[in-house]
Amino acid sequence: MTTVEEQLFMTEKEELISGSEAVAIACALADVDVITAYPIRPYDTVMQYVSQLKANGAFDCDFIVAESEHSQFEIVKHASSVGARTFCGSSGVGWFYAFEAIAVTAGLRLPVVAMVGNRALDDPGAFGVEHNDALAVRDLGWMLYWVATAQEALDMALMAWRIAEDPRAFLPMALSCDGSFLTHSQAIVNVPTQEQVNKFLPGYERGQLQLHPDNPITVAPQVNEDWLMEIRRQSNEAMSRTPGVIKEVYEEFKQVFGRGDPSPFLEEYMMDDDPDIVLMGMGTLALPVRVAIRRMREQGKKVGFVRLKFFRPFATEEVQEALGGAKAVAVIDRDYSFGSPSSGGVLFNEVRAALYPLDNRPHVVNFIAGLGGREVRVRDVEDMVDITQKAIDTGKVELECNWIGVRE
Amino acid sequence: MSTVAVEVVYRGIFQKTLARNIVRSIVFAARKEGKYGTAFGRYGDSPERNGIPAKQFAIVADDPEELEENLAVYEAQEVDVTINVDDTMCKGIESWAWYGLQPINALTKTGGTLIVTSRQDADALIEDIHQKDQPYNLSIMTSIPSFSGLWVYKDDHTDVRILGALAKVCPQLVSLESMVEAIQDQGWDDLKVRSAERSYDRTTSRPVEPGEGNQEEPFSFDLPGWTTMEEGIVIRGIEQGGGFRGGEEGYQPVRNSVFKKYSTRSMRPIVNFDTCIKCTLCWLQCPDTCFDVTPDGLYDANLESCCGCGVCEAVCPVADCVTMINEAEFNDNDSQYEMWQKDKDDYTQWMTSLIEKQKQVDRTHGFHHVGGYAEEIAEVAED
Ligand code: SF4
Ligand code: SF4
Repeated sequence: MTTVEEQLFMTEKEELISGSEAVAIACALADVDVITAYPIRPYDTVMQYVSQLKANGAFDCDFIVAESEHSQFEIVKHASSVGARTFCGSSGVGWFYAFEAIAVTAGLRLPVVAMVGNRALDDPGAFGVEHNDALAVRDLGWMLYWVATAQEALDMALMAWRIAEDPRAFLPMALSCDGSFLTHSQAIVNVPTQEQVNKFLPGYERGQLQLHPDNPITVAPQVNEDWLMEIRRQSNEAMSRTPGVIKEVYEEFKQVFGRGDPSPFLEEYMMDDDPDIVLMGMGTLALPVRVAIRRMREQGKKVGFVRLKFFRPFATEEVQEALGGAKAVAVIDRDYSFGSPSSGGVLFNEVRAALYPLDNRPHVVNFIAGLGGREVRVRDVEDMVDITQKAIDTGKVELECNWIGVRE
Repeated sequence: MSTVAVEVVYRGIFQKTLARNIVRSIVFAARKEGKYGTAFGRYGDSPERNGIPAKQFAIVADDPEELEENLAVYEAQEVDVTINVDDTMCKGIESWAWYGLQPINALTKTGGTLIVTSRQDADALIEDIHQKDQPYNLSIMTSIPSFSGLWVYKDDHTDVRILGALAKVCPQLVSLESMVEAIQDQGWDDLKVRSAERSYDRTTSRPVEPGEGNQEEPFSFDLPGWTTMEEGIVIRGIEQGGGFRGGEEGYQPVRNSVFKKYSTRSMRPIVNFDTCIKCTLCWLQCPDTCFDVTPDGLYDANLESCCGCGVCEAVCPVADCVTMINEAEFNDNDSQYEMWQKDKDDYTQWMTSLIEKQKQVDRTHGFHHVGGYAEEIAEVAED
């Protein structure tokens, strides 16, 4: 039974919870002011847990069930402009339905934090994980993080408000959580105390940009061609400041909570001996890939894995450094980009572009896998490594984009 | 090699079809002479707003490559002819597309021509038009402004009369013969051809010397750079409480010093403070919050904010207490209340004469675009 102390986060404890519950608990710990909701699987799990926490008295917030995703994102956008800490989220085409609001949230420099429960774009009715929903904001000024475990979901959510609400950033941030593997699977998570969180996460201060009767301002009047380029340039500058903010916040998080990777941008697995083949992917893909790597290592294959955590900001230098020494890089995309260069996935083309300036470029091979929530199995990963090895052996990439685990 | 550019400055919505007819006819006429042209409205004016100054352009060149030098632009750098189809815009224009007051002749080339449709004489117009450092010519086409709605067009021949005048003042653009052919090609009747020819014959122009005209510095606005403007698309408001004269003293809200709307106005309200019953309706209903409450509870329209919509005249319950008057009658935006206080008899006399004059002219202010036209056209036809 949950005691009052536990309910109010007075003691540190372990809980068996899903990624969605972890994010909901982070909302309570961060004392979010305004939370909006509209159901769509798998994001809806978060709204269930948030409303439960609120009903149980774990925290107080304005919990607004909007009449659509569009309204959901409009509400947090406006709440954020008056200085409220906000949380919101959606999945798949629900996220797309909110796009008018989502697109301008970044331009208005509003630090909304959202959870995207990654889901296929609904054709027809599919709700398994694909990354194309969240990726759609990649060019708009949203920070975009891919979570791999429930613990990371909680930790990163706490960091998300801190990063987004830093006046150097004032940009929205989306936490991408793979449908099913994170949103519906429970794992042991260390839930910090309110005291720890309070030490780490200050309140949201919008300062001179706060819409308030005592600070008379107009936000976003009509602009024409004579203004917009300056607005975009400002957003670009804010985004280019975020890596510095992220590093600072991540270091502080590690100090207060005693956990975290060496880098906030990448998780490197079995990379110490500069392996010839490096796999790269995002989200819960990491789990089967790590298993496969351990097996292959047992067979003497030098293989490593780099998990990209922040898709935006994209840590160009870190990626160059991590992958630049490899003979070949295998990029696994849980997304598609029809008609793109080499018909490759989104991540593949980003990584390949990041490696282009290097003097010694590794081969880059692309694998489209796990679409619509299809499992990526250890055997699939081994196939990827075999194909990549062939590129090293023959000195050329035969097929740049390979679909793995698809029925012929 | 020669490129000729023409701009039509017009009142949004009310004169949109008129402007379009003019610029398209220019391109058609030029084509008759083997030239290439483009006609376009300035994108920033779209979607047009009632009465807000807007522009359309026609650019004509000898060959497609030369024309290309003028494509994919919002407006021409300079024009051979500026056509102003409502003389009240001679005071300068602030469009939907930019901030600050642009003199009506801002784009007119050295030695170019400004054509204005007006019933005023050259001296009265030059008093309004901002002075320029280079000489240009002024040509007046005697006419009332031709106003209609978005979906209706008052075919009072203003379009073809302008085209006739244009062929006269800018022979390097197209000949009268080509203009006539273009008019006929568009299925317009012989009466319109005759109007164009008659206008060609009658059109004269007079030189305007450097420095001649309105000496006022037009108000302007400096666009900030990305490092100097506020983040978050935030525009700072005016200090709270500034300009507030509470209680007995009345209420005068401060207006943004760089955002004025008066160039949208072709008529302005004039208030009879002696008959006002202080009902507050004008103050409540004015869409631009123009009315300042005076210490004695009367309502004084702030003429830097007034867009001339005529709502105050329509809602005022007292006969002839608020009357819309042709903007051309005024040379400043001074407070009427202060004038009235200074000398009530003088004010009454001035106001009465303006109202009398207005009754004779029967000028429309666009917003009331139904009615009044039959009489106007008859009058013009007699001229
Ligand atoms: S005409 Fe009257 S109602 Fe209209 S903007 Fe001017 S003062 Fe206001
Ligand atoms: S509507 Fe007419 S009577 Fe009423 S306050 Fe205004 S000017 Fe006076």
